[in-house]
Amino acid sequence: MDRAAIDSTIRSLIEPFNRKSVEVADATTFAGDLEFDSLTVMDFVAAIEDEFDIIISMNQQAEIENYGQLVDAVMKMRGE
Amino acid sequence: MSETVTESRDLFSKFDEIIAVRENLLASGVEDPFSLVMEKVLSPTRAICNGRDTILLGTYNYMGMTFDPDVIEAGKEALEQFGSGTTGSRVLNGTYRGHREVEDALKEFYGMDHAMVFSTGYQANLGIISTIAGKEDYIVLDIDSHASIWDGCKMGDAQIVPFKHNDIEALEKRLKRIPEGAGKLVVLEGVYSMLGDIAPLKEMIKVAKDNGAMVLVDEAHSMGFIGEHGRGVAEAQGVLDQVDFVIGTFSKSVGTVGGFCVSNHPKFEIMRLVCRPYVFTASLPPSVVHTAATSIRKLMHAGNKRAHLWENSKVLHKGLMDLGFKLGTSEPQSAIIAVIMPDLERGAAMWEALLHEGLYVNLARPPATPAGMTLLRCSLCAEHTAEQVQTIIGMFERAGKAVGII
Repeated sequence: MDRAAIDSTIRSLIEPFNRKSVEVADATTFAGDLEFDSLTVMDFVAAIEDEFDIIISMNQQAEIENYGQLVDAVMKMRGE
Repeated sequence: MSETVTESRDLFSKFDEIIAVRENLLASGVEDPFSLVMEKVLSPTRAICNGRDTILLGTYNYMGMTFDPDVIEAGKEALEQFGSGTTGSRVLNGTYRGHREVEDALKEFYGMDHAMVFSTGYQANLGIISTIAGKEDYIVLDIDSHASIWDGCKMGDAQIVPFKHNDIEALEKRLKRIPEGAGKLVVLEGVYSMLGDIAPLKEMIKVAKDNGAMVLVDEAHSMGFIGEHGRGVAEAQGVLDQVDFVIGTFSKSVGTVGGFCVSNHPKFEIMRLVCRPYVFTASLPPSVVHTAATSIRKLMHAGNKRAHLWENSKVLHKGLMDLGFKLGTSEPQSAIIAVIMPDLERGAAMWEALLHEGLYVNLARPPATPAGMTLLRCSLCAEHTAEQVQTIIGMFERAGKAVGII
């Protein structure tokens, strides 16, 4: 899976959580732009973990503030 | 050369939002739910609160041990014989005879090899969790875990992985994805104190063990009441022997203050030297450990009280259900019954209406509650009489109608 493929998968996973239909770019932040609260974060992270069969600990989540960083982190965890 | 002026920033500005919520609430004229004063405590179930004779239904005093004559006597004797405080750490000058006695009582109560007493239940979770899970380890915990569990995670260096509340499959998936060779600690609670629901410990502990994890269960809200011997939800579900660490408190059923961990781990005693929240604080006062030891020994033989408390919980649950209140659980699962309020404003109004009726319950609100809920949390006591429970139901009916919730 290349970056574009991972990007498009995550983009479709984010949709049900993107209640205000914010346009998602690499610089879009989860807390600020998407207004994710802690429960939304948990459900969204679970969806990504299940899709890619990875684990993203809260310690790792703390380093991920925007969409682009998430795509990069998933790529790294998948070893791609 | 330009002069730089450093503007000072008020560190308290981060609290502005919560200050506004609070001022807004108080401006509506309700009594402040978070500064109630108990002027006189008449029994485990009655006190004079803000000048009114009040039934207590929000104290976690599940077994009503706070006024037990033997418990009071043990405290008085210890106060006279050993003084008002130890002024020292457990590992220096702060271990008195009573500290050993209460640890012996706990070992007997749970049938476990080791017991370690902390100054509060909060510190027991903080200390054990932050100490046993290190940098290369993973802690997998329920998202609705108590603040003391989260703070224990935050204080340590382990990787933290939460899962959806009481979701066995979510727990299993996460455990299976943890890298090979990493240490794993699964943290669960017997009773979750906000909604009063219990955990499927039997299934969850099996999943944890199948995946090579150690298991810590916080039984703060079940001790003394749930299980044949009052050992908690793990006992009731027949899996206590598979729990590596049980965390508990003296501030609920035991009726005083303090926390503990019991375990069968052969190396457990080393905790006394490496666990900072145990080492770097003063030990409990002698009167407290003597009251706790006496209370724990009495709780071993409290089968009748347990039965009466279950009866109280069932009657109140059904009564409130029949009145049309929305409750945290569809069946009574513990001695906690959470009444779900539509919002903070009506929750506070209902809380105040109940107080005027002469009933004290806890008003619980985010961040303590899950999913942003406002709750009126009721905790029953084995000393509530059947008549008191009926009185309570009548108070809820009148207050609920006055506020327009039912």
